[in-house]
Amino acid sequence: MRRTMVEAIIASHTKDAVFPGSVCQVSVDFAFANDITAPPAIAEFKKMGAVRVFDPERCAIIPDHFTPNKDIASAGQSRAARIFAREQGLKYWEVGRVGVEHAFIPETGNALPGEIVIGADSHTCTYGALGALGTGMGQTDLAAVWALGETWLRVPETIKVVMNGKPSKWIGGKDLIIHLIGLIGVEGARYMSLEFHGEAISALSMDDRFTMANMAIEAGAKCGLFVPDEHTLAYANARKSRDFTPAYPDDGAKYFRTVEIDASQVEPTVALPHLPGNAKTARECSSIEIDQVFIGSCTNGRLSDIETAARVLEGRKVHERVRLMVIPATYEVYNEALDRGWVRIFTDAGASVCTPTCGPCMGGHLGILAEGERCVSTSNRNFVGRMGHKNSEIILASPLVAASSAIAGHVADPRDVPNL
Amino acid sequence: MSDANGMKISGKAWVYGDNVDTDVIIPARYLSTSDPERLAPHCMEDIDDVFASSVRPGDVMVAGANFGCGSSREHAPIAIKALGVSCVIAASYARIFYRNAINIGLPILECPEAASAGAVKKGDEMAVDIATGRIENKTSGHVWNAAPAPEFLRGLLSAGGLVPYVRARLERSK
Repeated sequence: MRRTMVEAIIASHTKDAVFPGSVCQVSVDFAFANDITAPPAIAEFKKMGAVRVFDPERCAIIPDHFTPNKDIASAGQSRAARIFAREQGLKYWEVGRVGVEHAFIPETGNALPGEIVIGADSHTCTYGALGALGTGMGQTDLAAVWALGETWLRVPETIKVVMNGKPSKWIGGKDLIIHLIGLIGVEGARYMSLEFHGEAISALSMDDRFTMANMAIEAGAKCGLFVPDEHTLAYANARKSRDFTPAYPDDGAKYFRTVEIDASQVEPTVALPHLPGNAKTARECSSIEIDQVFIGSCTNGRLSDIETAARVLEGRKVHERVRLMVIPATYEVYNEALDRGWVRIFTDAGASVCTPTCGPCMGGHLGILAEGERCVSTSNRNFVGRMGHKNSEIILASPLVAASSAIAGHVADPRDVPNL
Repeated sequence: MSDANGMKISGKAWVYGDNVDTDVIIPARYLSTSDPERLAPHCMEDIDDVFASSVRPGDVMVAGANFGCGSSREHAPIAIKALGVSCVIAASYARIFYRNAINIGLPILECPEAASAGAVKKGDEMAVDIATGRIENKTSGHVWNAAPAPEFLRGLLSAGGLVPYVRARLERSK
């Protein structure tokens, strides 16, 4: 049988028959939780009568959501996670050395092409950028993986997404993925795998691929997979923490449907409240005034994202009515931003620059919205109350649109920023 | 209300639309705990400020497509269950929520007909048989049948859920 990419990955991890709709017991290459999902996962692990994780080199806890601890209760959760990590000898990195999980895990070579990675966090699909089947589960499922080194997966149907043409220089992975979700809807790929093809995809940087794979879940997908190429293998080989075997789709594989997009026609795109599928061009929204801008998160807190924001803000000022929060996703990114002078560009422009953390993305800390406030955010969700008060609003955008908006004081297309 | 083994349910309906996400079911600002009793009072508060204080044990949530989309937080079905909601009926579920609900023992039924606009109104009296998937709107007199759970999941459910399943496997391998 000719296989789609997700079928090829699952087939290399199971003895069961692999076809869309079949349920397979699969081995898992890497399994992790964060400071919010680890404590309840640990409780379930103990209820299961488990004593040791299946392999401490393939299990991890990433303290990134409410860290550095935002209050006493969060400190307690971090402490429970830390104690378990030490008992088990599993992979754990402390505040000051860690980062937002879905930026940090690839950076440290802990998600690799051809692997199955299970995280107790919905954006585990980010590793699709590497050609890995990353998918999110709840804490009980994660506990079972820690105990057994296995899980069950229903083999998903695959939607082939072909992006042709050369996108303009104003377009990044964020514009392309919001455009796609706008097209197919927030449940357009529910239970399915998205598989990306086409010349516009081949030309994308790894950072742009991470952004797109990260938001596969916002179309309901189980995963969003990029076929490994020379960019993927260069990235993975430079960082790998173990050996890996990439998987590839077969020519002539059977797809549930094919969606074709001419990427040369995609404009800077935003998602209006309260769904990631409410796609509009940034220009259509230029009358919308804003109070805050957040540049960071597992979607857009990587090196090229921070660089893009710095280039826009160099020699410019954040609008007097706007608060700009820049949060590099990892210390590798943070240190580069220091070395290259970007942190000074941000503070000269009147922005705040914070330590790596999920921060305000899911309403944790460092930039919560008041009633009636509106934020342009480079994160992945704009649900009701996500970043603060239930009557606040989030507009999702690329780092380029977000930085342009921070200067303008309203949603702004970068092409409308003078001399950019 | 439910019978002795929790399979036959009766209660009032709480009705919501499409894409009820887990940030709405339990906002992340409350995730500095995973204690069901502390999560429950905040369930759905950003779109329905009386639900958590007014819902009665046995009541049923009825929603549209893609229920439980968004975050993987198991706190979402935990908060719903802790309020005594006896089951959720939706046109469809996001995949992580579906797994989580099964793992913690919150009955969920997929029934686009019962979930279609106007089929069930807020406060309608519902009777649901979880074992057969029979859904009755006693107020309107309509009856629907939900799609049965996939065979593999019925096996997991009959083992008592994921925790007993893993426990049994670990004991066998000793």
